[in-house]
Amino acid sequence: MTEPVHFLTKNFGRYDTSSIGSYMRIGGFEALRKAVNTDPKEITDLISSVKVRGRGGAEYELGRKWSQARAVVGERKVVICNADEGETTTFKDRELIEHDPFNLIEAMIIAGYVVGATDGYIYMRAEYACFRPLLLNAIRQAKNYGFLGTNILGKGFDFNIHLYSGAGAYVCGEGTALIRSIEGKAGRPRMKPPFIKVSGVFARPTCLNNVESLSIVPHLLMDEEGFYASCGKGDSIGTKMISVAGNVNHPGAFEIPFGMTIREIIDGLAGGVQRGRAIRLIQFGGASGKVADASILDTPYTYEDLRAAGVMVGSGAMLVIDERTSVLDFLRMNQEFFSEESCGQCTPCREGNLHIKIILDKMAAGTATRTDIAIMMKIARVMSMSSLCGLGETAQNTLRSAMRVFPEVFEVGGPVA
Amino acid sequence: MLTAQTKEYPLDKELQERIDLVLESHNYDPTQIVGILLEVQDLNERHYVPEPTAYYIANRLDMHITNVFDCLKFYSELSPVPRAKYPIQVCCSPACRVNVIDSHRLIETLQDLLDIKLGETTYDGRFTLEKVTCIGACDRAPAVRINGHVYDHLDTKDKIEQLLRSLP
Repeated sequence: MTEPVHFLTKNFGRYDTSSIGSYMRIGGFEALRKAVNTDPKEITDLISSVKVRGRGGAEYELGRKWSQARAVVGERKVVICNADEGETTTFKDRELIEHDPFNLIEAMIIAGYVVGATDGYIYMRAEYACFRPLLLNAIRQAKNYGFLGTNILGKGFDFNIHLYSGAGAYVCGEGTALIRSIEGKAGRPRMKPPFIKVSGVFARPTCLNNVESLSIVPHLLMDEEGFYASCGKGDSIGTKMISVAGNVNHPGAFEIPFGMTIREIIDGLAGGVQRGRAIRLIQFGGASGKVADASILDTPYTYEDLRAAGVMVGSGAMLVIDERTSVLDFLRMNQEFFSEESCGQCTPCREGNLHIKIILDKMAAGTATRTDIAIMMKIARVMSMSSLCGLGETAQNTLRSAMRVFPEVFEVGGPVA
Repeated sequence: MLTAQTKEYPLDKELQERIDLVLESHNYDPTQIVGILLEVQDLNERHYVPEPTAYYIANRLDMHITNVFDCLKFYSELSPVPRAKYPIQVCCSPACRVNVIDSHRLIETLQDLLDIKLGETTYDGRFTLEKVTCIGACDRAPAVRINGHVYDHLDTKDKIEQLLRSLP
């Protein structure tokens, strides 16, 4: 049995989250002191050496992202922390913000130092507005102590952090939409290029990171014994915050070492399936993630093993659904989410999500034909190829993976129309 | 009719001062418009941003009124039309919904108890039923959010009734 670990979560409950003094007494801001006395390249090398991948869902290598951001030529660069956590069943960033806000602030300053930025923006979803006072207070105290502002720690490095609110738009988790929202506009995504690393918020070079990706860095810098590197399996090094919900006895966010099996997570950490019912399916990585059936239970939770099993780590979410919900009902709920959240700007996503929903409803009503299924597959394929942003490109992930895992659900009796 | 140039607003002095306090806490920064509107709409008893208020903010921040309304209509947390004193945001994500299959369905129970449909407001203006996609409280499902506060584990009809009664 692999035990859960406390690396990212080791400060949880150990200090008063409203007091910088309390944070500094447990070693807070030591990582920043160390960072500003280190060559930024050494820091990105350290991150690359343990292969940290972006924790928001896209799984891009963090070390590479930061060295690219550093290499971009441009004035007044920006670091953004994406705290818009909108994928369903994902609430791990909420835990990190609530229980360790100062670590996030420290991580952003380190990121600013490494990529050479002057401003940091935290974009937090409206649903987490209750943490706004906590973060504003942390930012103010960090400023009073000279960790933010001009000439930080006497190193001639200037950095400030600004907190922005979302207002209930899933699409604002997408980079370009998030940036528009920070600019005070409606959060509609735009075409790329220009890529945000060159022209992001206010047309400044921008480095966008997830809360968890950032939060790893201060701990990693202080990890003298190499604890992080000792966790994991194969190329999936270290630990990961996951959130498990649905029909389990003890839903919650947990920090696990990579390599724990899905069964250990569900039975050991989440208390097993309610009333010992059978598992119908598990959705990995939120609404835009992929699904698997119970045959995945003995697969280790790593990037490689999950990919081989047809799913993805994504946002770290695991939605466990028991036998009471049919695959079709689940797909309809998931589709409803996207039909609601598509911003409506581009045709493939707006119309595609609408028509997939119509066909799924027809299937539920028993009136779908084989032609409908073929049309739905075609729409799903066209959407992923031609949508403007990541929302439309990934909205049918769940549907397409369900078609592979549960082909029997899509065997409708109706004739070819 | 109001225009962006209108200098006289049908807003009372006290409301203007309260809006100014919100603007000040955001340093009169027009890029903070989304956060500003979120706070200003809670100054209204019906939790929305009335047209005169929108014009007032646009003028104070020296921004286009179209930009303000674009935000009001784009973001689902913002409303340009009156809501209830207690807008009940019901989470409809799969994580919440799969937890209520046998026992009851949250939305149906709320509709029955309040005698309104989704998107409607009760006759006394106390409750609006709103469907939202996810409130980030999947570990506390099934949940609703009312004026920023999450009420969780609403898995029986009694708990829902109790919640509705407990609101002042």
